Amino acid sequence: MTKKIFTYLAAGFICIFHFIPFYLLINLALKDQTDTSSKWAIPQYLSLQNFIEVWSQARLGQALVSTLIITGCSVALVVLVGMLAAYPLARFPTRWNNIIYTFSIAILIVPALTVLVPLYKFIVEIHGISKYWSIVLIHTTFFLPTVIFLYTGFIRTIPRELDEAALIDGCSRYSIFLRIIFPLLKPVTASVIILTMLSIWNDYQFSLFFLQKRAVQTVPLVLSQFFSQYQNNLPLAAAGSLLSMVPMALVYLFLQKYFISGLAEGAVKG
Amino acid sequence: MITNQAKQSPVHDEARENEIYPRRSRFRRFFDSPASLNLMYLPALIFFALFIIYPITQGIRISFTNWDGYSAHYSYVGLEKYTYMFTDMKTRRVILNTLVYGIGSTLLQNVFGLAYAVFLNGKIKGKSLVRTIVYIPVIVSPLIMGYIWYFIFQYNGGALNDILLLFGNEAVDWLGKGPRAVWLMTFVNTYQFMGVAMVVYLAGLQAIPKDFLEAAEVDGASGTQKFLHVTLPLLAPAVTISIVLNIIGGLKLFDVIMAMTSGGPGYASHSLSTMMYDLYFPRQDAGFAAALGNLMFVLISAFGLGALWLLRRREVDL
Repeated sequence: MTKKIFTYLAAGFICIFHFIPFYLLINLALKDQTDTSSKWAIPQYLSLQNFIEVWSQARLGQALVSTLIITGCSVALVVLVGMLAAYPLARFPTRWNNIIYTFSIAILIVPALTVLVPLYKFIVEIHGISKYWSIVLIHTTFFLPTVIFLYTGFIRTIPRELDEAALIDGCSRYSIFLRIIFPLLKPVTASVIILTMLSIWNDYQFSLFFLQKRAVQTVPLVLSQFFSQYQNNLPLAAAGSLLSMVPMALVYLFLQKYFISGLAEGAVKG
Repeated sequence: MITNQAKQSPVHDEARENEIYPRRSRFRRFFDSPASLNLMYLPALIFFALFIIYPITQGIRISFTNWDGYSAHYSYVGLEKYTYMFTDMKTRRVILNTLVYGIGSTLLQNVFGLAYAVFLNGKIKGKSLVRTIVYIPVIVSPLIMGYIWYFIFQYNGGALNDILLLFGNEAVDWLGKGPRAVWLMTFVNTYQFMGVAMVVYLAGLQAIPKDFLEAAEVDGASGTQKFLHVTLPLLAPAVTISIVLNIIGGLKLFDVIMAMTSGGPGYASHSLSTMMYDLYFPRQDAGFAAALGNLMFVLISAFGLGALWLLRRREVDL
């Protein structure tokens, strides 16, 4: 019995501890900007003024559209290119293909960050600063290793006999991919989409380097500028942070199953 | 190469196909062979070549110059940036910080992630709620997470100081001292991403066959012994991947630092990644920034591959 009580106390403590930052954030966002009471105190009124104000002042709507375009295009491109690349790498493990596969996995270990300086120079040279296409191509490149890794692992678990049966029935090698393999990739594609979408949506580092014009800036970038500008206006900043979390929170709510299993599978099967 | 791959497929026999379809063009025949499928990874290779390989080679070149990041003129200065890097005390501090961010958060995330996973694998009502609460920070942008914790640790009106003042203590400038700020940000990174480690370990725990644990019980193993000698060895693959991913993630920590201290006070809480940004944009020393990037490249590959190699050797197969 005492053990049981202790267990539930521990569980309760974990919940409270992990929820504190969110409690403070929500609390702060609902407060009037003139309210100087402690951050812990719950306001006795309901004020949504901060949300309205930060939406117009930080021009979050525009930032949301930019983030949506960049995330959507990057995810679509990385899924397409990664899927195509994984098929021959998984099905025809010749020496040359194995070298290419190992090479893509090696890139996984070395992060993008280390080449940011020369990459920035290259993007300047091809006139890609503050353009959607350049950041989409960059995001695609740096997520490709993960995506190829996940797809290759998954395709290897699909029995080869399926391919061979289709080949004997007169299916061309490309139709095998389109008609046999592609429809089977749904579950892993869901994981891949969630994994890449989350990181690209929340990306700050690449955006900081490559998106310098206001019109194309993403939500994290716009918020960071807003924060440095209104350092003393915490309620407004808190409201902005809270708003920025809404899209991913909704995705999480509806796709929770894929979220958790996707991450865990990617890790455990690796 | 084509014949080599043709051998792999039991259905493909070129000689026989020539017999059946004598008039097929070479072009058509190439696209019927398995080798042509290798064209499918061509786009991926183009991406890698343009945005990874080419920049790596350029990065090595730039690190030997005194380029300022934008002008057309620069000259080669040999190893100057590297010798400066290894003799300068500030850089040494930054390398040390980076190691704390990388190794510190890896240790914390895995110890707590494993502990939480074992705890939540037991019989508790409402454990999926606990799991969700621990996991939910993962979906928040690390930058925003940094700002939230800044509200807590800030000197004037920070949530933590509010409590201290309430109990009659003096307010503490939590982020005002380098080493403490570094550890606090390591903690924030842990808080945010330990949910991933927890989920990975939970999946690993659920994959362990029940009979293994029962057999150990029959043999008279205690709870601790079961954990150390049965559970832990079987979790090894999950441990490997979790640790390697955390090391890479921790060593490149950027967003949280930018949000909480921007590397300050002075250089005291910079990591290699934030210092690279600082050198490139505000300070316009692209040569030095590129040299730091190369150092980071070596550091992360060494730690990442080293950990992978060490841990893989210890794994057991089911």
